[in-house]
Amino acid sequence: MQTHQYDVVIVGAGGAGMRAALESSGRVRTAVISKLYPTRSHTGAAQGGMCAALANVEEDNWEWHTFDTVKGGDYLVDQDAAEIMAKEAIEAVLDLERMGLPFNRTPEGKIDQRRFGGHTRNHGEAAVRRSCYAADRTGHMILQTLYQQCVKQDVSFFNEFYVLDVLLSSDLSTGEVADGEPVAVSGVVAYELATGEIHLFRAKSVVFATGGAGKIYKTTSNAHTLTGDGMALALRRGIPLEDMEFFQFHPTGLAGLGILLSEAARGEGGILRNGDGERFMERYAPTIKDLAPRDIVARSMANEVREGRGAGPNKDYVLLDLTHLEPAHIDAKLPDITEFARTYLGIEPYTEPVPVYPTAHYAMGGIPTNINTEVLRNNTDVVQGLYAAGEVACVSVHGSNRLGTNSLLDINVFGKRAGIAAAAYAATVDWAELPEDPAAYVVGEIERMRDQPVGERVSDLRRELQESMDLNAQVFRTQESLTQALADIKHLKKRYGSVSVQDKGRRYNTDLLEALELGFLLELAEVVVVGALAREESRGGHFREDFPTRDDERFMMHTMAYQRPSSTAGETEIRLDHKPVIMTRYQPMERKY
Amino acid sequence: MTAVVDAPSGASPETAPEVGAVPTFDVTLRIRRYNPEVAGDEAYWEEFTVTAHGTDRVLDAMHKIKWELDGSLTFRRSCAHGICGSDAMRINGRNRLACKALLKDLNPDKPITIEPIKGLPVEKDLVVDMEPFFASYREIMPFLITSGNEPSKERLQSAEQRERYDDTTKCILCAACTSSCPVFWTDGQYFGPAAIVNAHRFIFDSRDEGGTQRLEILNDKEGVWRCRTTFNCTEACPRGIEVTKAIQEVKRAMITRAF
Repeated sequence: MQTHQYDVVIVGAGGAGMRAALESSGRVRTAVISKLYPTRSHTGAAQGGMCAALANVEEDNWEWHTFDTVKGGDYLVDQDAAEIMAKEAIEAVLDLERMGLPFNRTPEGKIDQRRFGGHTRNHGEAAVRRSCYAADRTGHMILQTLYQQCVKQDVSFFNEFYVLDVLLSSDLSTGEVADGEPVAVSGVVAYELATGEIHLFRAKSVVFATGGAGKIYKTTSNAHTLTGDGMALALRRGIPLEDMEFFQFHPTGLAGLGILLSEAARGEGGILRNGDGERFMERYAPTIKDLAPRDIVARSMANEVREGRGAGPNKDYVLLDLTHLEPAHIDAKLPDITEFARTYLGIEPYTEPVPVYPTAHYAMGGIPTNINTEVLRNNTDVVQGLYAAGEVACVSVHGSNRLGTNSLLDINVFGKRAGIAAAAYAATVDWAELPEDPAAYVVGEIERMRDQPVGERVSDLRRELQESMDLNAQVFRTQESLTQALADIKHLKKRYGSVSVQDKGRRYNTDLLEALELGFLLELAEVVVVGALAREESRGGHFREDFPTRDDERFMMHTMAYQRPSSTAGETEIRLDHKPVIMTRYQPMERKY
Repeated sequence: MTAVVDAPSGASPETAPEVGAVPTFDVTLRIRRYNPEVAGDEAYWEEFTVTAHGTDRVLDAMHKIKWELDGSLTFRRSCAHGICGSDAMRINGRNRLACKALLKDLNPDKPITIEPIKGLPVEKDLVVDMEPFFASYREIMPFLITSGNEPSKERLQSAEQRERYDDTTKCILCAACTSSCPVFWTDGQYFGPAAIVNAHRFIFDSRDEGGTQRLEILNDKEGVWRCRTTFNCTEACPRGIEVTKAIQEVKRAMITRAF
């Protein structure tokens, strides 16, 4: 085992992790650990843009952006956090431009802006041009720009290292640590893919920026590597996860494949049509139609298909129509996504509408943090020195449904905050005591997995999990479907105890890592489903057919899910608690567009 | 050695296609294997046959092999739609991303050969050591260089100025271009196309003031003049960047911009 010592260790090298690193590495000794090479991170797949009320092309202000974010999240947003994000958005975009990000430009040479779902002028009057963008590869440009700056600052990266444990001064997983008692982070344990070696990273501050968990679903826009590692590690160590039942299904995934086609397609004038050619969004959101928030559009699409108005031979998708747009306009503004349609479906978007269907896209929930990105271990106490930012975190700026572009914004605003806060904390404290034999848990897990001579295949269990989640916990949910999903997950968790990997080696053993990632997915899927069962209402991305309306009386609150030992020895269960929603300016209203 | 997954029998979707369903077919992948931990220093070929769907990519077939036949088959991948740059491989003798190469476009009647990209040390199966590649990238100072005080708002740039370097901003650092370059194969010291593409991205950015420094670096004997204009790089780029043209523009800038 190798041991390293850094003031700040950042886990994850996507947008949030690298934005944090740019702040932290200038102040204290910092390392960034990534399971990939930084430029492979899934921030690079984001397309449409990053909203900020620059008002470069029309009147706009951050208060309108705050309101849209709160309303878009169906009022489950913590309004203090949303206000910070909308305010700091402006500087965040300008930061990126000054770092060299090649934004598209207005005729005056300023950063250009375009429309995006749910972003409106004056509290819902009409769509507003707020999204700052670089063609349809804004995420790619952000990831590249942040990496470029990390190269410039000579940030220390540990690439292709998998963090498999976070070390805390007390074991929170039993639920026996009293409220108010100080608990601090002391480092992480990582596995080096190239050699199979275990590395202990001692740290004063740890920032989790590990991204999402879309691979709990079969149809997803997410990368194969988005297995919720950070969320699951926190959960296992007794830290709660917040609002995990809220998962965003992006309306326009390529049908059958789930590959994302940006909302920018609709922002630039694209129209959704059903099998009869009807622009059906006029019925569901008369004011902003195709630019309604994603939960509403995804549900409307699924409903069209369910009621027999789908397109295609099996009537199982709808169509994204760009054929009325000028090919030159498409080439200038949407080059990548139209190429996806050509490459993967053989469709020419100039002349043919593109088959689309909702695809699992984004976890609104995650590790709970306060506005300074400090991780909460209950409703009020923070874990000292532990921070989280980006999709892995729930601060909560997205509430029950994230608006398009607000994730690229989230990673920049809260990634920056995390880097500053983690460095400031590390500069003031001594090294926390490491637990005895800190790598024991990770070594044990790896040896157990590697040594199991024969057993079930990882891919079989993963496929069954993903299929059950697609079938039972997707856009439409019922008590019956969720109960089925939970039963499936519990059964799969039992079988997971006997999975075996074929590759027993130490070098680049991706077989082994996939097995460990499956463990994360199973535990996170359970949290999603348990939360969804308990939430007997429909709000944002969570739609219960048996409880089709929002119920503020019972459910205007965040879900806090804790993994605790169950009465059966050696097993765990999910216990739910609640956390109040922070409201400042806006009282909940009916959500209409 | 050949391993085969039979198509499942019975009324599964794979054997009883519904109207409009995509037909399935068998495809054989001939993969270059290497694992010094097990088989010593010898690389060898191994064939696998799997059943694929009409829209499947090479990556899908490789996953099927890894997940159903041989878990030790090792390759990098992440996004699976051509944006993260993890899975550049030599497929039927040409560099491509496994997630962007559709099997049906590769003539599945014959075995499809899969090899690691060339010119970088092979670590295991299709995994190569990317460090020399990223080292060249870092050397050309791939970041905006400016002088004076930071502006309080954004730097202005016209749409035309922005368009000037648009093509080279598309690079995903997958190394398909660099590892297709015959000069790079024989001379690992050569910066290679990807590093030059990323230098181009800044040299032609109106906001940047580091062009001269970068041109000096690339004027090195292992720099841009090693390019023999074979266009392999342009053909290999999965992002459609006109790589050779970008290299030519950098060469021209060296001649026209006085040092």
